[in-house]
Amino acid sequence: MKAFLMYRERDFDLKRTLPWNAQALTQDLELDTLLNAMALGDQFLLEVARAAVLSGVNEELGTVLYRQGVLRDCLDHASVVRDIYALAVGAIEGEKKAYFYSYFSKHPDAILDRAIEVLEMFVGMLKRLRTIADQHASAFASEGFKTFFAMLDHELSDEYFAVVQDHLKGLKFRGGVLISAGLGQGLKGADYALRKPEGRKQHWLRQAFAARPPVYAFTIADRDENGARALSDLRDRGINVVANALAQSADHILSFFTLLRTELAFYIGCLNLHGQLVAKGEPVCFPLPAAPAERRHVFAGLYDVCLFLTLGQKVVGSALAAGNMDLAIITGANQGGKSTFLRSIGLAQLMMQSGMFVPAESFCANVCDALFTHYRREEDTTMTSGKLDEELGRMSAIVDHMKPNALLLFNESFTATNEREGSEIARQIVSALVAKRIKVFFVTHLYTLARGFYDKGMTNAVFLVAERRADGERTFRIIEGEPSQTSYGDDVYDRIFGNAEQDRNRP
Amino acid sequence: MTFHSILFARAEDRATHEISEAPAFFVDLNLDQVVAAITIGKQEYNLKPFYYAPLHDVDAIQYRHEVMRDLEDRSWFESITAFGNKMRAMRAHLAQADKLYYRLQKESWFLDAVEIYCDAVNCLAADLGRADLKSRGFLAFRAYVADYVASDRFTALVAETKKLKADLAEVRYCILIKGNTVKVRRYESERDYSVDVERTFERFKQGAVKDYTVKLLTGPDMNHVEAQALDLVVRLHPDLFARLDDYCVRSRGYLDETIKTFDREVQFYVAYLEYVAEFKRTGLRFCYPHVVTQVKEVYEYEGYDLALARKLILANSPIACNDFHLRDPERIIVVSGPNQGGKTTFARTFGQLHYLASLGCPVPGREAQLYLFDRLFTHFEQAEDLQNLRGKLEDDLVRIHDILDQATPRSVVIMNEILTSTTLQDAVSLGKKVMARIIELDLLCVCVTFLDELAAMSEKTVSMVSTVAPDDPTVRTFKIVRRPPDGLSYALSIAEKHRLTFHQLAERLDP
Repeated sequence: MKAFLMYRERDFDLKRTLPWNAQALTQDLELDTLLNAMALGDQFLLEVARAAVLSGVNEELGTVLYRQGVLRDCLDHASVVRDIYALAVGAIEGEKKAYFYSYFSKHPDAILDRAIEVLEMFVGMLKRLRTIADQHASAFASEGFKTFFAMLDHELSDEYFAVVQDHLKGLKFRGGVLISAGLGQGLKGADYALRKPEGRKQHWLRQAFAARPPVYAFTIADRDENGARALSDLRDRGINVVANALAQSADHILSFFTLLRTELAFYIGCLNLHGQLVAKGEPVCFPLPAAPAERRHVFAGLYDVCLFLTLGQKVVGSALAAGNMDLAIITGANQGGKSTFLRSIGLAQLMMQSGMFVPAESFCANVCDALFTHYRREEDTTMTSGKLDEELGRMSAIVDHMKPNALLLFNESFTATNEREGSEIARQIVSALVAKRIKVFFVTHLYTLARGFYDKGMTNAVFLVAERRADGERTFRIIEGEPSQTSYGDDVYDRIFGNAEQDRNRP
Repeated sequence: MTFHSILFARAEDRATHEISEAPAFFVDLNLDQVVAAITIGKQEYNLKPFYYAPLHDVDAIQYRHEVMRDLEDRSWFESITAFGNKMRAMRAHLAQADKLYYRLQKESWFLDAVEIYCDAVNCLAADLGRADLKSRGFLAFRAYVADYVASDRFTALVAETKKLKADLAEVRYCILIKGNTVKVRRYESERDYSVDVERTFERFKQGAVKDYTVKLLTGPDMNHVEAQALDLVVRLHPDLFARLDDYCVRSRGYLDETIKTFDREVQFYVAYLEYVAEFKRTGLRFCYPHVVTQVKEVYEYEGYDLALARKLILANSPIACNDFHLRDPERIIVVSGPNQGGKTTFARTFGQLHYLASLGCPVPGREAQLYLFDRLFTHFEQAEDLQNLRGKLEDDLVRIHDILDQATPRSVVIMNEILTSTTLQDAVSLGKKVMARIIELDLLCVCVTFLDELAAMSEKTVSMVSTVAPDDPTVRTFKIVRRPPDGLSYALSIAEKHRLTFHQLAERLDP
């Protein structure tokens, strides 16, 4: 039995290895803000959200659409979904409680008892799950939920519950334990196996006259403690295998509930986030993912969800219509929203690829096979050659992990040297990446770099600037525009010298 | 050709009684460590006496070389170790049978022991038939085993053992435990309950889960409940268990004496070859020495001290090999040179090689011709005692006197740092006297000394020195080469490295 709510035919593995650069992505995109908003303080939800969002870049296009369907159902039937989730959590916690008492048990007897107890509890939970399915299945529309409810209907029939309960009763051994054995080394009993006593189907008269095989017996004296211990030891050998089988079955059902809980946890996280966004009237939409080989970034009203969550108020969205773009270079005013824009690009990509809605009015982008961020590390302020060495080292590590159709976000990279050298290093790196069709967003104030690409007249490059009104006021909107040399120096100069007309090129 | 022993060509080569104490020189030559390493894990065979008894006859050595060469064939070696392992398992079973309390259990373990023995002998016979053997020892043994395996007493033993085992394996029974009562009856194909349970819950299977099977530890003994249950099983099958009783009485003396002796003695070779393999794995070499008695020309190329080499292998350090070659009339190697440079090791190696050769074993090195001695003597410095110089010198001389008194022209003597406890002048004078005695006796000898004067006393002496790396005098190469004594040059080069020569000091002290 599988939940299959995250993949069409695969379990969601919470212990999956995250992308090697998970830590950098988390830091650069301020992912914790997003994940905490999904978890709302629940550690488990946080863990699942982190795994799902960070590993989104490994998912296929089909999986993204599959999850979008499930998520739509969740948004439409939030209370039913939360009920199922609570049921799974209840089953798991009930098991933990039963486990607590027999944790140290080394006796098959105790293992068997505990397994029966847990299974009886699980059977109750499964019946309730079955009831929910019976009541609500027809209202769900997604492939994921339809398959899930159909599976419950098929696997958890009334007849099946009857067979299970029959076993749980029989394994209490009211009629004694019947064990078969052979002769092992030193004539000790070997190959012990628990046998099912034959039911009394024959008429009592026929039984009485049937040729009975010889049966010999002995009885342990009441006060013989060693004998009693030896006898229970023998009994243990008989039930060892079945105790294991039953305990493992309980574990399997537990894994089913765990799986169900894990896979639903992602959607619960989405519900939590959704609630916070719509409450403030921020737009959300289901993105339109394009095939990896395409190069598309077309969106409207895309905003930085983390900035919204931090500020708690509406933030400015940006639009772009890049149909065939490999390179976007963003220049312009400092404090003008360049970093926010870059982060919104990265976050939207991760959210889309994990199957979530995205914070935008509309969003369409090709899925990428890998997402990298290369940010100048703010905490390192010394402009030493050691810093450039560190930057290039990180760049080299990214190249080691490069995949076709990757998306790479640079933020003020290669500035740990002078502009000419930094630009030349960046130019060579970016040119090589773009030639391999790696999609690059590059936020920079390296004018030489931006200008150089601009003058090449590339059809697959887009140039964006942080909007700045003529009066110097920033709108925090990113718009298309020619790289401008006056990134921030002029404004600073103006602020100090009070001269708004200043618009000369500086050497 | 009748078979006597895999170790001795002639029955009379075997010592009348086995020596249990190591020869006097064992510790000096580190042979105690070597033999301990060879025999480790084989205590039950008591192999040390074989390693304490050198041979005195070239043919006896040849006999062992032949056997050893046969065993160098990998598959034959494995056949022999497999046989050894089975015999070992057989003994373990007999020991277990001894320890048990219930008669039926003793009988069962005895039956298993015999089964293992039959299998061991049968496999050995088959392997002997297949193997390409050349040694006198194994060829004679092959004939013996072929006869034994074909004998009535052995074939009958095999058949009866097999039948009894098969019949016991077929017994299956059921026990019903309810309250304090145990019922026993024949098994009647009742269904396996565990399979039923597993099938029922199969649909929930989600990949690997914990194994809840409890490791129910059980010794070979039975408790009285098991024993009572077994007694009831016996009542279900009375004839079968009567046969078992009878078998055990009749088969008591099943073990063949010659096979038993072979099993022990062949381990002499197995142990040595396993030991050798450790060295070969790291690229070190072994060779079968040409053992001579008529001439005293001895040589060895790429030799090394086994005890030291083993330590270095464990520490992953490189091992320096050394050569020597004494041509007539040379008899005595005088070793001098920097300390910690491998002089003592060289002397030990010389002794080890000669001793191992006398056991009929391959020796470390690429090629060797070694002398078969009548006696081997060592004189190694005892722990230094500064309080009692006179006593120590006296003691030195007494010991040397004893050695020279007992030595014959066929003896080998190893001397390490003699006469260190007196003045240089005395040492030179006494050393020369001792050396003259050795020369006179025509002994083969290695003498490690700081007395350069001893190196060129006669045409019988050869000087060899320990060396250092040419570019860094603090680095020792552990190579001992044939060369006149170096005198002071070594000490001077170290001084130079520390800029403490006369000119360097003069320069440094010049303001």
